[in-house]
Amino acid sequence: MRRGPSWFNIASVGLGLAFLYLPIVLLVAYSFNAGRLVTVWSGFSTRWYAALIEDEEMRDAAWITLRVGLISASAATVLGTLAAVGLVRGGLFRGRLLFAGMIYAPLVMPEVIMGLSLLLLFVALGQARGFWTLTAAHTTFTLCYVAVVVQARLVDFDRSLEEAAQDLGCPPWRTFLTVTLPNIAPAVAAGWMLAFTLSLDDLVVASFTSGPGATTLPMRIYSQVRLGVSPEINAVCTLLIGAVALGVALWGLVGRARTRAPV
Amino acid sequence: MARRLNIGAVRSSFAPWADPAAVPLARFEGVTKRFGDAVAVAGVSLDIYEREFFALLGPSGCGKTTLMRLLAGFETPDAGRVLLGGQDLAGVPPHRRPVNMMFQSYALFPHLNVFDNVAFGLRQDAMPKAEIRARVEEMLEMVQMASLARRRPDQLSGGQRQRVALARAIARRPRMLLLDEPMAALDKKLREETQFELKELQARLGLTFLIVTHDQEEAMTVADRIAVMRDGAIEQVATPAEIYEAPASRYVADFLGDVNLFEARVDRVEPGAAQVRLASAECPAGFTALDDDAPAPATQVWLAVRPEKMTIALEPPPPGTPNVLEGQVWDIGYTGDWTTYLVDLAEDRTIRVARANASRLVDRPIGREDKVWVSFAPDAGVVLTR
Repeated sequence: MRRGPSWFNIASVGLGLAFLYLPIVLLVAYSFNAGRLVTVWSGFSTRWYAALIEDEEMRDAAWITLRVGLISASAATVLGTLAAVGLVRGGLFRGRLLFAGMIYAPLVMPEVIMGLSLLLLFVALGQARGFWTLTAAHTTFTLCYVAVVVQARLVDFDRSLEEAAQDLGCPPWRTFLTVTLPNIAPAVAAGWMLAFTLSLDDLVVASFTSGPGATTLPMRIYSQVRLGVSPEINAVCTLLIGAVALGVALWGLVGRARTRAPV
Repeated sequence: MARRLNIGAVRSSFAPWADPAAVPLARFEGVTKRFGDAVAVAGVSLDIYEREFFALLGPSGCGKTTLMRLLAGFETPDAGRVLLGGQDLAGVPPHRRPVNMMFQSYALFPHLNVFDNVAFGLRQDAMPKAEIRARVEEMLEMVQMASLARRRPDQLSGGQRQRVALARAIARRPRMLLLDEPMAALDKKLREETQFELKELQARLGLTFLIVTHDQEEAMTVADRIAVMRDGAIEQVATPAEIYEAPASRYVADFLGDVNLFEARVDRVEPGAAQVRLASAECPAGFTALDDDAPAPATQVWLAVRPEKMTIALEPPPPGTPNVLEGQVWDIGYTGDWTTYLVDLAEDRTIRVARANASRLVDRPIGREDKVWVSFAPDAGVVLTR
């Protein structure tokens, strides 16, 4: 029998990957295009990156995105971790199933619905939309992802470690900080990075919940593209891809550290 | 009562349980614990004394670990009280109880090295740093782990982890050390060594140890007293020798070591001789047994006889010998120090007879299918009523 993949296998994998990554490669490549036209190559240049630095609106948008990401990811990590602890350690409290369902629902909820409902809430509360409504919205939906990641780690976590700590005279809250948290730290860190990445590239929820003066990078890009694609957009997208790739790589590294953790 | 019988091959002067004035260190009073519909511990009352090495022995699921966890504070009793040093422990959380536990999984903190694991409990109290250091070093020295103080738990072997777990559990000088299957993860040779080390350590530190185990040999080797548990209740509490030589029930007799049980009925109690005659379908001549507390005639009983207390011969014993059974050798197990003969008495009725291989040369070795006579002395059997 013939070993290894057939020509059909190679071709189908190649085509599939090309369909996924060729557009991205093109986008990155044309960010270094010297010309103004996005489809005609006219030499290598970094002028669009320079233009990007000059572009105050873009810079503001990037700064807002970064701040929203940092604040919402941190808040979501704290809340999501507590939710996971409640789910795993709380035993069979009343409404546990409902609580678990409510934690998981946003994972499958269409973003449009979540954005719209948050918008309606802010309107009903008479809350002017801006930086903080956006941060709150991002915290809300990224929290669920953190809870799922941390919960997976907590389920594997040896309960007797916590019992041993308490047995040795450590009160419950200090046990959580000195024994549980250091051991689930990789999952908590991975949850934070996931939340940060999700916040970074969210467009839909941000469009509904943000207001004037709090335009995020994805929103800025989207509105500019409607006026026509410029190589400057390519440049900012390339940077965004770089940031997300870095986040994913770090997440993977942390994840590997987690699997290395002794039994 | 005619005659007190001395039981077992061990004499010990340590027996606070026999002293009516002694105050127990730990006391269970009618403790019951349920998990849903399942009763894990059913009305257990038990006293454990200062400096005692006490073993809870039973098969898995008999409630022995739950009983220990009730003392550590990880479970709360549904009924009854748990007392330590006369104080009711109800409402006292685990971190305020003066007992420490060595977990079956050892539960060493993977993010801390050996030194910090042992120091963990000491750091919870406001103990000066220098003192912590000295105590940890003393503990590690004691378990011969001082040279590996900077290692992480995942860089240690199973035996080394066990030592660190032990050092960590005794570092706080608890009033009582709880050991949950402490040697289950060790191989046989290491386990035997560790058993004697543990006993030696307990005597040296003068601590009270409570060990949970399913290994009867382990319990018999280390413990001053053993509580044999079954389905959440205690079957018998006694010294290892008493448990083995004078079991309280068929369950205990069968759980510890091998035993042959004969169904019988009390025929006659000899006044003044502590001797009972038993009628049994298995021995037409009837059995004779020694018992200083024999049940009334006509009571249904079981005669329990350990295989090593029986003798096996190729010729019939002289007439008048008590407790003689005729049979045929069905199989033989030779283990070096012992030879075990499986003897068929009748259809579907096999007993075990064991013989210590005290001499290397045997005049007439016994082979398979040989016709044999098995006999045992009146003091070899135990009369059991349950």
